[in-house]
Amino acid sequence: MTEVRRLQPQFPTLERQRDADHFGMLIFLSTEVLIFGGLFVALFVLRAQHSAEYAKSSMEMHYWLGGINTAVLLTSSAIVALMVEAVKSGSARLAKWLLLAAIALGLAFVAIKFTEYALEYRDGVVPLLSPAHLRPGAGTLFMDLYFVATGLHALHVFGGMTLLACLIWPFGRARRDTSAVFAGNAALYWHLVDVIWIFLYPTLYLAR
Amino acid sequence: MKAVRTILVAWIALLALLALTIAASFAPLGPALPFISYAIAIAKTAIVVWIFMELRVRDGMQRIALATGFAWLAILFILLFADELTRAWPR
Repeated sequence: MTEVRRLQPQFPTLERQRDADHFGMLIFLSTEVLIFGGLFVALFVLRAQHSAEYAKSSMEMHYWLGGINTAVLLTSSAIVALMVEAVKSGSARLAKWLLLAAIALGLAFVAIKFTEYALEYRDGVVPLLSPAHLRPGAGTLFMDLYFVATGLHALHVFGGMTLLACLIWPFGRARRDTSAVFAGNAALYWHLVDVIWIFLYPTLYLAR
Repeated sequence: MKAVRTILVAWIALLALLALTIAASFAPLGPALPFISYAIAIAKTAIVVWIFMELRVRDGMQRIALATGFAWLAILFILLFADELTRAWPR
């Protein structure tokens, strides 16, 4: 990434090269949309076939923790968008502090998420591990899909934090790249993780 | 500075929509609730994609690149629910 500014032989101009970088990232993000799309479609079918049972399971979720987490993720996305602006205007130091803030919020998200998992373990609604109060059938399926979807999302949060951390070290020079190629692509990924959570929240927590 | 203001306004709008979606889930909306929830989620996504992901300043190719994922997802949803919702129909 230290060479993002250098023109590679296959591109006529730096601008074209930068567009190609973002283009590739957006295609990758499209495939991410489809990965989570499969899980969403499974949840929608479950909801269509077992509306009452689905709503009952959803109402047992800790919706306020999910709500706080949504706010945390939206805020960190805004900070990352500000970071890209800082990189573009050449303020590498400001960009570093914004990156640290965004990563801190990402860690807060994960901490809240795992607190929630612990509460669900205590409530006895975790399939296989603590199924004391788990309703068989649709209730169990709901919790299965809940853990797969939020677990996969949490993995993406870790991935996003790793990308953001790479902008601080070892690729710190990318922060001085005013065309914001690496910073812009890392930000795109972080925003997509945010978009996925925007849909997971009403699907899992707010079904009534 | 204008860009910073746009981002902050978008952030406030996103938090307002979050409050709205939580409030809506307690309103007696019945079967209309999912439609309202997902309308709000789509509005939030539009803000994130258009402002945070900067698609408002990107060229058409890049917008299509991201839209492709959602387009294929729409095909999956339409075909799957065409099956799912009509299964109980009399033969």
